[in-house]
Amino acid sequence: MTTLTINGTTHELDVPDDMPLLWAIRDIVQLTGTKFGCGMALCGACTVHLDGEPIRSCTTTVGNAAGGKITTIEAMKEDPVGQQVQNAWLDLGVAQCGYCQAGQIMSATALLKQNATPSDAEIEDAMTGNICRCGTYNRIRHAIHYAADAMQEDS
Amino acid sequence: MTVSNDSLMIANVSRRRFLGGMAGASALVLAARWDMALASDEEKQYGAAGMPGGWVDDPNVFIQIDPDGSVTIINHRSEMGQGIRTSLVMVAADELGADWDRVAVQQARADQDRYGNQNTDGSRSMRHWYDPMRRAAASARMMLEQAAANEWGVPASECEAGVHEVAHKASGRTLGFGELAEAARELAVPERSAIELKPIEAHRYIGQEADPVRQRGSGNIERPMAIDGEEIVEGSATFGADIQFDDMVHAVIARPPVLGAKVASVDDSEALKVTGVEKVVTLDTNSEPAGFKPMGGVAVIASNTWSAMQGRDALKIEWDMEAAGDNARYNTDDYRQALEKAAQSPGKVIRSSGDIQKTLDGADQTIEATYYMPHMAQAPMEPPVAVVRLRDGKAQAWAPIQNPRAGREGLAGVLGLDKEDVTLNVTLLGGGFGRKSKPDYVLEAGLLAKETGGRPVKVQWSREDDVHHAYFHALSVDRLEGALDADGKAKGWRHRTLSPTITSLFQEDPEHKGGFELGMGFNTMPFDVPAIQLENPEAESHARIGWFRSVYNLPHAFAIQSFAAEMAEAAGKDHRDYLLELLGPARRIDPRDFGDSWNYGEDPSVYVIDTGRMRNVIETVTAKADWGRDMPKGRGLGLAFHHSFQSYTAIVIDAEVGDDGSVTIHNADIAFDCGFQVNPERIRSQLEGACVMGIGIALHSEITFREGRVQENNFHQYNVPRMEHAPKQVRTHLVNNDPELPMGGVGEPGLPPVAPAVCNAIYAATGKRIRQLPVNDQLAV
Repeated sequence: MTTLTINGTTHELDVPDDMPLLWAIRDIVQLTGTKFGCGMALCGACTVHLDGEPIRSCTTTVGNAAGGKITTIEAMKEDPVGQQVQNAWLDLGVAQCGYCQAGQIMSATALLKQNATPSDAEIEDAMTGNICRCGTYNRIRHAIHYAADAMQEDS
Repeated sequence: MTVSNDSLMIANVSRRRFLGGMAGASALVLAARWDMALASDEEKQYGAAGMPGGWVDDPNVFIQIDPDGSVTIINHRSEMGQGIRTSLVMVAADELGADWDRVAVQQARADQDRYGNQNTDGSRSMRHWYDPMRRAAASARMMLEQAAANEWGVPASECEAGVHEVAHKASGRTLGFGELAEAARELAVPERSAIELKPIEAHRYIGQEADPVRQRGSGNIERPMAIDGEEIVEGSATFGADIQFDDMVHAVIARPPVLGAKVASVDDSEALKVTGVEKVVTLDTNSEPAGFKPMGGVAVIASNTWSAMQGRDALKIEWDMEAAGDNARYNTDDYRQALEKAAQSPGKVIRSSGDIQKTLDGADQTIEATYYMPHMAQAPMEPPVAVVRLRDGKAQAWAPIQNPRAGREGLAGVLGLDKEDVTLNVTLLGGGFGRKSKPDYVLEAGLLAKETGGRPVKVQWSREDDVHHAYFHALSVDRLEGALDADGKAKGWRHRTLSPTITSLFQEDPEHKGGFELGMGFNTMPFDVPAIQLENPEAESHARIGWFRSVYNLPHAFAIQSFAAEMAEAAGKDHRDYLLELLGPARRIDPRDFGDSWNYGEDPSVYVIDTGRMRNVIETVTAKADWGRDMPKGRGLGLAFHHSFQSYTAIVIDAEVGDDGSVTIHNADIAFDCGFQVNPERIRSQLEGACVMGIGIALHSEITFREGRVQENNFHQYNVPRMEHAPKQVRTHLVNNDPELPMGGVGEPGLPPVAPAVCNAIYAATGKRIRQLPVNDQLAV
């Protein structure tokens, strides 16, 4: 049995240690906000936080995630920065199909936690691993600045 | 989401707003049912009426009002990011007079008999459904007014629906929609001729773009927030991949590496040893043409996706490549060369005016160019996925699908069931772009549902599966020749277009593009040139060719808009001025005069080829982009326009080419004319997204075949745009928002002019003409 702590809840899972965290989260724990897009850490749809760091859950094994604090999109509405990012996404109408946006929001939230006022170049650097096939990148960039501004106003 | 309830039907209801259940006993359920007003069989049907299943405007089908006042709108078109679940609901809510905060949307199951056409492609949803949805909602509103009139004993003409209530002005009395719902359900549906639509200016939501920012905490909504928006950002929206059942099994399939190859033998002994693997099933390879049929292969069924993938990796499969015939020798490099050779010789003449050969022979100057666009995969972020459960002779399916009818009837076919015994629930689509118009992945789940003893089975495609087994955008070669006189004026235009055709999905060895493909900007080419000849030489097909957003408009626009720029250069004239000269004076051309009898299925007397609207978007976009201004070294402006899906788009791209050959897009200005606009905010986001996708088509995206196998595997080899490739700024300029203009499409028409505009900008920046896509490292020196 492997113990995973996801969004503050402890789960005892009977899965092999080499199972990617993504499939443990989606198929076993059945939290489906985290998406499968490529399986090779190329698209970022599966981004979650492990001890606060954005990681690709499709290439992080359950064995490597055990013992850490895993945070998924489902917990973002309880997270002060995550909330600002979600609000920015809604205010600016970022999402089109929406499938990649959980991963985008997880990457953006991690960025803003480390850098409250990122430049365009810093945003591109942090977000280049997240593909959006609908092409919402301009609004994502705008929304990250917008969330950063909202955080400044609140602080 | 975990569900194990037999009666579960995925509703995709916006949970924030949904207040009541469907078809409750006291809901507004209207008895009457209208038949479509069909003209005589001899008369050709256009628009929605010309589509399978036609249109339906029965309020009973689309609108429910519960006694608590909650309004539920049934949306029967598939949502893949184009925003139709929001936009069609805006139409219904406005015409009904419903308060947006008390409106929920419920996704319709696949049932074309009940809902009318559900095939969500061709940028048709709004242009075909605006009118029927308005009529349905207006009927419901009139019935509520009549119910109030009856209650108060006054004439209905004195009762007027406002926002979510009906008022009697003389007495100041009001009744809420919920209070009237029960009485209204007993009333007859108004005759269609008696339906009174609201004047456009009375709409509260349609056309609303007052403020793109939500007023937090004010309670005021300046424009409707997108349906599903909150669920998307919270991770609770239900895509096809998100369907879960406690007893569900997971399958992945090793498909034939070459179209048509068969399983010769399979050793599944190692696969069955993988923890969680339950069963290995060999699927038949269907004979060509490929259609929407599953490809065959070997399926591994397991308790979770990862085990199924591990099991698939452990399979030892021998493939019978002979069964694939010529497909096993398909090599895109060779194929391209063959098409380029064929482009040197005459082909089937599609359109001809004047004497092109004589004009070319006698010209003061001639130019010639051959353009190439490769195969591409749609690669929606959600790879194909479907869930099917077969129990007691009935099938329940859940799938992200653009063409629900094809999925349902296809499932009935593979399961040997009547379609009435097949329920297909349409989930949100994690992108479509044409890939999910083909239900092969849904049918695979149907075949495997026969193997799981009544348990639901999910077929999950990996990204590699998706890249290898797309229905590919057709590779294309377009050769153009132009004749110019001493003043540089265009006198002759010859265009030969060569591509495999989508018709090859459905019939053996078609050699020419179909009318629906030629009509995508080829035979409808609008330039006012004395001698024009358009030809379509033969081209075979060796892979599954399918719709990709904008389809054949992509190569046609790339070739035509690049060549127009090349002619301007040869003439020594400004590109914009030359384009306007090529277009000539504003004309309204009947597409039939160009030999186009398809016209995207629309009435050619209403939907004409309007060169005035083309001129307008060109003039608008060049003015907005400050066309003609001096640009820094290594930076240039590129222009292109295209008319497709009954809309008009012109783009100016501001591109910089670095010393290393890398391309940075600084700005994109897009002028767009789709006629009347329902949801301008979503029109803008569709244009922004199309611009990004078009940049990828120009710079990065390519699928190649060798020995019949796709050479790219995942996003490290099949390159799609990332944030750094997007323009630093996109500005959209919407023009001609006129209710009198017939509505055009939105999802696709923004895409075709992007790649030629990018390449024209690269030319302006560097003097290097790109004729082969993608650019990749062509600019590296």
